[in-house]
Amino acid sequence: MESNKLSRVDYIFRPETNRLDLLKRVMSKDKDDFLLELIDSGLKGRGGAGFLTGLKWKLAKEAAGDKKYVICNADEGEPGTFKDREILDRVAGKVLTGMALCGYIVGADEGYIYLRAEYRFLSPKLNKMMAGINEELKSIGLNFKLGIRYGSGAYVCGEETALIESMEGKRGEPRNKPPFPVTEGYLGKPTVVNNVETFVNTVIIAEIGYHEYKKLGTDSSRGMKLFSISGDCSKEGIFELELGMSLADFVDEFGDGDTKAVQVGGASGFCVPRKKFKETIIGFEGIPTGGSMKIFNSSRSMYNVLHNYLDFFQEESCGQCTPCRVGCQQLYKGIMAVKRRERPATYLDELVKLAETMRFASKCGLGQSVGNAFVSIVENFREEIVY
Amino acid sequence: MSNTENFVKELADKYGRSRESLMPILQEIVDVQNYVNDEAMVNVARELDLSAAEVYGTASFYSFIETREMGEYIIRVCKTIVCDMKGKEAVLRAIEDTLKVKIGETTPDKKFTLLTTNCLGWCHKGPAMLINNEVFTELTPGKVVDIIESYMHK
Amino acid sequence: MTQKMINLTINNIPVTVEEGTTILDAARKLNIRIPTLCYHEDLCVAGNCRVCVVEQVGMRTLQASCAVPVRENMQILTNSMKVRQARKNIIELLLSEHRADCTKCYKNGNCELQDLANEYRTGNQMYLDLVHEKSFTIDMSSPSIMKDDSKCIRCQRCVRTCAELQGVNALSVANKGHEMKISSFFEKPMHEVVCTNCGQCINRCPTGALVERNYIDEVWNAIYDPTKHVAVQTAPAVRVALGEELGFDPGERVTGKMVSALRRLGFNSVLDTDFTADLTIMEEGTELLTRLKRALVDKDTTVSLPMTTSCSPGWIKFIEHTFPEFLPNVSTCKSPQQMFGALVKTYYAQRKNINPKDIVSVSIMPCTAKKYEAQRPEMRDSGYQDVDYVLTTRELAIMIKQAGIEFLKLEEEQYDRFMGNSTGAAVIFGATGGVMEAALRTAWEIVTGTPVPFENLNITPVRGMEGIKEASVTISGCKPEWSFLEGVELRCAIAHGLANAKQLMQAVKDGKANYHFIEIMACPGGCLGGGGQPIPTSPEIRKKRAEAIYSEDEHMKLRKSHDNPEVAQIYQEFLGEPLGHKSHELLHTHYKARKRY
Repeated sequence: MESNKLSRVDYIFRPETNRLDLLKRVMSKDKDDFLLELIDSGLKGRGGAGFLTGLKWKLAKEAAGDKKYVICNADEGEPGTFKDREILDRVAGKVLTGMALCGYIVGADEGYIYLRAEYRFLSPKLNKMMAGINEELKSIGLNFKLGIRYGSGAYVCGEETALIESMEGKRGEPRNKPPFPVTEGYLGKPTVVNNVETFVNTVIIAEIGYHEYKKLGTDSSRGMKLFSISGDCSKEGIFELELGMSLADFVDEFGDGDTKAVQVGGASGFCVPRKKFKETIIGFEGIPTGGSMKIFNSSRSMYNVLHNYLDFFQEESCGQCTPCRVGCQQLYKGIMAVKRRERPATYLDELVKLAETMRFASKCGLGQSVGNAFVSIVENFREEIVY
Repeated sequence: MSNTENFVKELADKYGRSRESLMPILQEIVDVQNYVNDEAMVNVARELDLSAAEVYGTASFYSFIETREMGEYIIRVCKTIVCDMKGKEAVLRAIEDTLKVKIGETTPDKKFTLLTTNCLGWCHKGPAMLINNEVFTELTPGKVVDIIESYMHK
Repeated sequence: MTQKMINLTINNIPVTVEEGTTILDAARKLNIRIPTLCYHEDLCVAGNCRVCVVEQVGMRTLQASCAVPVRENMQILTNSMKVRQARKNIIELLLSEHRADCTKCYKNGNCELQDLANEYRTGNQMYLDLVHEKSFTIDMSSPSIMKDDSKCIRCQRCVRTCAELQGVNALSVANKGHEMKISSFFEKPMHEVVCTNCGQCINRCPTGALVERNYIDEVWNAIYDPTKHVAVQTAPAVRVALGEELGFDPGERVTGKMVSALRRLGFNSVLDTDFTADLTIMEEGTELLTRLKRALVDKDTTVSLPMTTSCSPGWIKFIEHTFPEFLPNVSTCKSPQQMFGALVKTYYAQRKNINPKDIVSVSIMPCTAKKYEAQRPEMRDSGYQDVDYVLTTRELAIMIKQAGIEFLKLEEEQYDRFMGNSTGAAVIFGATGGVMEAALRTAWEIVTGTPVPFENLNITPVRGMEGIKEASVTISGCKPEWSFLEGVELRCAIAHGLANAKQLMQAVKDGKANYHFIEIMACPGGCLGGGGQPIPTSPEIRKKRAEAIYSEDEHMKLRKSHDNPEVAQIYQEFLGEPLGHKSHELLHTHYKARKRY
């Protein structure tokens, strides 16, 4: 696999061009043509799961329903990710435009931002902006009303069906799928749930055209991506990069010169050790990521890192399904038992098998991804876990 | 009617009485009194025609809807890995020493409750914490004591 | 419209099923059993225990077969290496959060988790024990239900039962992650919350997390005490279900064997709640006719109609919490159990010349709410606690096994002659619609002097498992003293399962429904599906028990309560007349409103 050169771009935070002109231009065209272009652009969801955005919109458009909803998932809880906060702080207008665009295409007349409780401080600004845009949309005859809902501290609500349950006033427990939200979502109606950054991307595609957009990234990973970079870095913060670079190039640019490992994709992502930096591509052909890049230098104990992640998961599992609820506790307590010599080092092999079971058998993406960090850290840093 | 009863009724008038109104109502109760006690939950259950156990079950799911008594200011220190790497332990110790409470406890004057929380989304500026909805980043033991002291005089 | 058919293979065997069928049901069609835990036929699909996962060829993740509908050309493997590994791990995980003290557990031998562990030969515990690290509570506050969190595997069957079947929602899922648990409101003790003690959660709990409070040792001690006269009464629905615990298939009537078993256990007198069921019909039927007369003739606007039945203690606690404004509508009759209790320590004691303080009154019930009912302060009209101990059908089966009685081979015996006589009308109290049917058989005859105009006395419109049933009869041919009822259309409704009861009473409250008489049973199917009945329960099992009940009725010589000679005798010798002074003192009561939240 060929990697891209690491290249910084600037689309996401570029100031919004004329919102109403853009929307009017889309409204003058055929909806299905727009959907084809969106699919062709190759844009995949920026929350991490990577479903083709255009296809999601198409399914929601085709779904039967007297009422449809658009939801912007701003429940950014993945450890190490903070790009959505930055987007909502700096270019929230683009997000809201993307939602209106989606509403127009799929035939929804209501849209909500589901904002995590930790970002409540953004709400005065968002509310004000939303009120203005609602008026603007009315003025161009676009029947779409924006609103805001808040989370209350639950990582799992980033999972789209858990988010919907939460919006319906329930415990944020993921649903059985099928049915998927595009056919039965909020209040049982067809619903598009997209990440904050995804909506901005749709606006960029509408602005620059899908031909231009396709020039960015690689075949499997089109476009640009915001990376939330933290840890032992030469520079930290949000950086907009083309997808498809190698991890080695990334570490050269952002590492502190002593990088031991990079956790790609947050606690639910993969830990890549130094020896695999070169072969690892950041993108859907390699390791997909919602944008969280945490860099660890050689002074860090990978046991502490894993311990921290597992503590996080055993608290943030919704608790409904067995593999995730009990599995997280067993992994968390299991590595401590090995560390304390209460269990032999070979117990880690049992735990790796358990992590595999969690990957296959958990109800939702949370439980299915706990094994990613666990297996990749244990396989690459076994001696640090045992001794 | 008790104060709580009136207050919850007003909230139900404002947000509606369907199940989707439950979270906004609980959230506003938290905004006003920092936690949702059993009396408030019973009133919410009555207004929304839910069982009290359902309201409790929902409320207790969410980390930011506390069901036990909290101080006026809830301090939530991020404990996730990067803040941990950047010195959250020392920050926590400094708060504990200043307030003379341990994690999970409330000061006797009911002014502060100290909690830890999962990733706040400020990893590049850790350690970070929230005091109610306000964010503080790049904390040091010295800086955090100043912040707490400024709240003591609020 | 014909249903679309879907073709798939399961373990390489082709099968064609209707669209919408789950993988689990498709597999059953091929006689392939997929193990389940959180799945229950009576409840909506949760898909959370993950024991039923199967492999779909081409998919990375395993699928919960209870939750996933079939799709065309699906290839399913139910026993692949991946499935076995995952399933075994999941069972091990469940065992690690379960206090597996199986030999000491009340559910030993009837535990779905134990069966699975046995099937998968889990052997030594693989994972760390999570139970003892946490503090857990065993809630014994309720006289009916014991809740032991250390046995709970969080399948949420109880929560769904309480919500979907009963509309009570006394139990909910609380907290998340490693702290997630099944909880009452604010983790209050069960006796302080809106729980109706119906025990439907017990019937569906796959482990020993929810069981009845058992009083087996107390009853043995009473039997062993030579100074005590231990009188036992058995409810109608027990005789059609007890056999399931003792080697019979569902639907077998074991009345005679049960009676002889009770004698062999050492009960001094073996009596029948059916006798007071007949008595209930006399009292309640008269009460209904009296209320109708006051409403229709005296134009008394204070009379509360519709009148509802009062036999089901789960329903009584439910209405106290949920519809206290309808308490005046509830018949003032005590339940048959409590009428019996009040009479055992008065009428029976006098006739047998026993000091009532030496009588221990035991009842065998299909019900856990009866345990609570027996301890109500309202239930001491004999001057003593009218019923001392209530055992469920399950507890009786345990006693029979403990006593080494070979139930299958037991001779059949008859109830004692005194307070043991009954009619078919009393037997059908055990099925939904039965009280209504029994009441109609008697009331019609009181009013008209002729039998109810249904073939063979079978009032089929009130029978069956539909959640809410309605029936009406237009009264004709009245005797002169009842002429005010001539031409009146008597409108009746029947609900079983408290969720249905709630819906029915809400319709009455909203003025959308207009009835004279309503029968309500807290449990699905009526008492035959009671919270004290053998486990498991399913629509099929309840149907078989109902068939047995109606067959028992058909086999009785007497089928109308007012034909019971013992009923005539007790009015003559002791009570005077229905709703008379003595009846009021011993057989009737009033209930009080409770907090809804």
